[in-house]
Formats: sequence, structure tokens, C-alpha cells
Amino acid sequence: MFDLQQIPRRVLSISELTQIIKQSLESSFPLIWVQGEISNCRKHSSGHYYFTLKDEGAQLSAVMWRSRAEGLLFTPEDGIKVQARGALTVYPPRGNYQIDVLRLLPVGVGELQQAFEALKQKLQAEGLFDPSRKRPIPRFPDRIGIITSPTGAALQDIRSVLSRRFPSLNVVVVPVRVQGVGAAEEIARAVEDVNRYGELDCVILARGGGSLEDLWAFNEEVVARAIFASEIPVISAVGHEIDFSIADFTADLRAPTPSSSAELVAPDRAEIIDILRNSSYTMRQRLADRIAQMRQRVEHLVLSYSFNRPKDLLVQYSQRVDELEKSLASASFRLFEKVQKRFLSLQQQLNALGPRNVLRRGYAMIQRDNRTITRAVQLKQGDETEIHFFDGAVPARIQRNERKETDETVL
Amino acid sequence: MSAKKPTKQSFEASLKRLEEIVESLEGGDIPLDQALGLYEEGLELSKQCNEKLKATELRLKKLSKTVDGQFELEDLDP
Repeated sequence: MFDLQQIPRRVLSISELTQIIKQSLESSFPLIWVQGEISNCRKHSSGHYYFTLKDEGAQLSAVMWRSRAEGLLFTPEDGIKVQARGALTVYPPRGNYQIDVLRLLPVGVGELQQAFEALKQKLQAEGLFDPSRKRPIPRFPDRIGIITSPTGAALQDIRSVLSRRFPSLNVVVVPVRVQGVGAAEEIARAVEDVNRYGELDCVILARGGGSLEDLWAFNEEVVARAIFASEIPVISAVGHEIDFSIADFTADLRAPTPSSSAELVAPDRAEIIDILRNSSYTMRQRLADRIAQMRQRVEHLVLSYSFNRPKDLLVQYSQRVDELEKSLASASFRLFEKVQKRFLSLQQQLNALGPRNVLRRGYAMIQRDNRTITRAVQLKQGDETEIHFFDGAVPARIQRNERKETDETVL
Repeated sequence: MSAKKPTKQSFEASLKRLEEIVESLEGGDIPLDQALGLYEEGLELSKQCNEKLKATELRLKKLSKTVDGQFELEDLDP
């Protein structure tokens, strides 16, 4: 320990002075709480946070080592009013003092609420909450993803509801931290992973109840963006019924609690049994109807006019053939009679015309050299002829031919 | 729509297909042999769905990433 009384008496090196200040400051200030607004916040790649806490009149450098930052309930950002618990330390190389922050809490709900409202408005304006782009939750999912803490109450709640309601489900848990720094990024990555994995019907984002600070990861933009980009329907189940998160607004369905998310997602067993029973009944019934209908159609066809027409036609034709046969017979008989009659009459006429019959009536026929003379001019004086009578012929010589004209020859 | 052999598929898909089949049969304008095929398929789907309803234990797995960025399911530690 330096004797403070001795200091003015000699020249000190900067290091000596700083060392004195360091010891003095660090020993006189135990762990303290300070309140201020974060500014110049930057996260080093090492995981440490460096920022300034300030109010209207003063500012204080602050550092939060990675090991402490891991327990953060929110992501430190410029403009957030916080309370910091820590110890004052002096950093000799820079000659400054700073607070080594052990715990950092946003001040009141007001500050977080403000950040919440700002993000909500921004994302709403961008259309992330648009009802028209919400994906429908499958009615009968059988592979459900749950993004949540593997040790949290939320998972147990969901598990017990699903076991009770629909144990045939396949549940895939994607373990994440649900609070603290980096939780939001982890949740967002889980949503992306689930989409790349692809074999889930929907995914539940769950966390049990807690303060606004506890639930903060679900109010971060990166989570909202991941939900918005998800191909798989997302159900948010964050906190209690009264808690609304940005994730709730972005999700395709908001469940008031983790338990109720399971109720909402689990298919209704009774409904399925009903569907199966009705389907079986309807299918059997329709098929039976169908067969009955077919049978009726066949019967109808067998009895139908068209179907029986060939038979009718056959009967008709055979009848017609019979008729034709009959008329053919009678027609030929009539024809025969007619011909016979004609024949007899012709025969009679022929007989009447026959030369012997003519001669019998008193006519005679003159022949010369066995040729019948039909005209007077054919004969000349001295011709030797025969006169044929009915009962015989006599020779005759033409003494003269003094032909006398008859009326007939003139004609 | 043609009758096809039901394969092992998701519950949602099975039920949806079953509803389609019932709808087709109700329509009544498909040939009888096709209707019979659909009926058989429907019975099979119905059987599969009923089987699933009989399960009594919820299967919980954990999604993990392998080193090459693929996914695999592991048992979830109780």
C-alpha cells in the first residue's frame, strides 16, 4: 500500500501513479449498480462486449467479458437503457477506468417494450405479419419438430400432451438455448436447419413462461426473419397466454402456451377415427351401389327391345318366308292354269285352222308339184295339178286361165 | 386418377388420398374395374391409418448435425 501522505513529496512514474489510483479505486468501490444508456457498443470477436454507459452529464467505459456475456438476457445495443452490476477497474495501459460488468439488465420493461414496439412496427411494415402469407398448419401432421430447450418445462408440457392425444406422432427435438446472448441466433439457425432437414410437417417454437427479459430472444429480428423464411409451418408457443412475442406475430400460428401448441398441432384422434370409419362405409356403399346399378343395367339390357330385336326379326322373317312360299305356290298354280287354258284355246284354234278341217268344210286345195297354189296368177294353161279334197285328191289340167279379178286381190 | 398401390407415406398424405378415393367413388363416373382398384387401395390406406392410431408411445428424437453438415436423428436423453 502506498502511503498517500508521502505522494506529494516525490516524483512518481506514470505507472506508479496509475497503480496507486487503481488500488485506491478498486478497493474503495465494492460491487456497484449503475444505470445508464448503452452507446458505442461493439462485440469483439473474442466474445467480449465493449461499450460506454452514459447519462446526460457523464460517461463510463464498460466491458463485459465473454463468460459473463453468455448469461445475458438480451443483446446489448446502442440506445438501450440498462442497469449494470460490476466492479470499477483501472486499465493502466490506457489510463482509464471502466466498469467490469457482471450482470446487465435492461431498465424496466419500458426500454425493452420500446425496442419491441419499434421492431414490431418495422417488421409489420415489411409484411412479415401479413395473414395472407401464413402457411396452413397441416391437419394431420405425423412428424413434428420442436425447437426448444431440451431441459425446459415447455418440452415436458408438449411431450405429455402429445403422448396423451396422439402418441403415434414422430417428434424431433432441436435443442437450443432459449435465453441469454446468442439464444436468438441459435433459435434462428434451428429454424433454418429444420428447413434444410426438410422431413417435418410443422415445427413448434417453444419456451415456458418468464419475464419480458427472459423471453427476449423470441423478440429478436433474426428469429422473426428465420420464421418468415421457413418453408415449414411454424407454431410459436412462447411464455404464457398474456405474453406476445415478435415470433408470435411472425409465426403461422400462435399458441398461447407450449401445452396448447401441442393441442393445436396434434391431430384429433376422434376425427381421424371418424374419417376412417366413414370412408370405409362410404367406399363399400358406393361400390355396392355401383354393382347394383350395373346389375340393373344388364337386366334392363336383356329385356330391352334392342337386345330382343334380332330374335323378333328372325320370327318375322321366317313368317315372311312362309307367306312368300304360300303365295309363290298359289301364284305358280294360277300361272299354270292360265297357261294351260291358253294352250287349250290355241290348240282349238290350231285345230280349227288345220287344212283337213278346212277341206272338211267344203274347201279344196290345189297343188302343183306338191306346192300349194294360193293365187290364180300362178297357174297357166296346160299346168298339171292336183285338187285335194277332204277325202282324197284328183288330178286336173288347166285348160285356160281367164282370170277374173276378185275384190280380195284388189285389196 | 388411377388406382395405385399404397406406399408407406405420411398420415396426412394417406388421409388425403383416402378422401380422394371416397370422392372418386362417390362421383360414380369411373369404370367399375377402376372403382374396384380404388376400393382396394382405400381399404389398405384405412388399415395403415388404423395401425398408426394404435401406437401408444410417443417417439422422441433429437436432430443433430454430422460433421459433413448432414442431419441425423439421435435418441433424446431423458
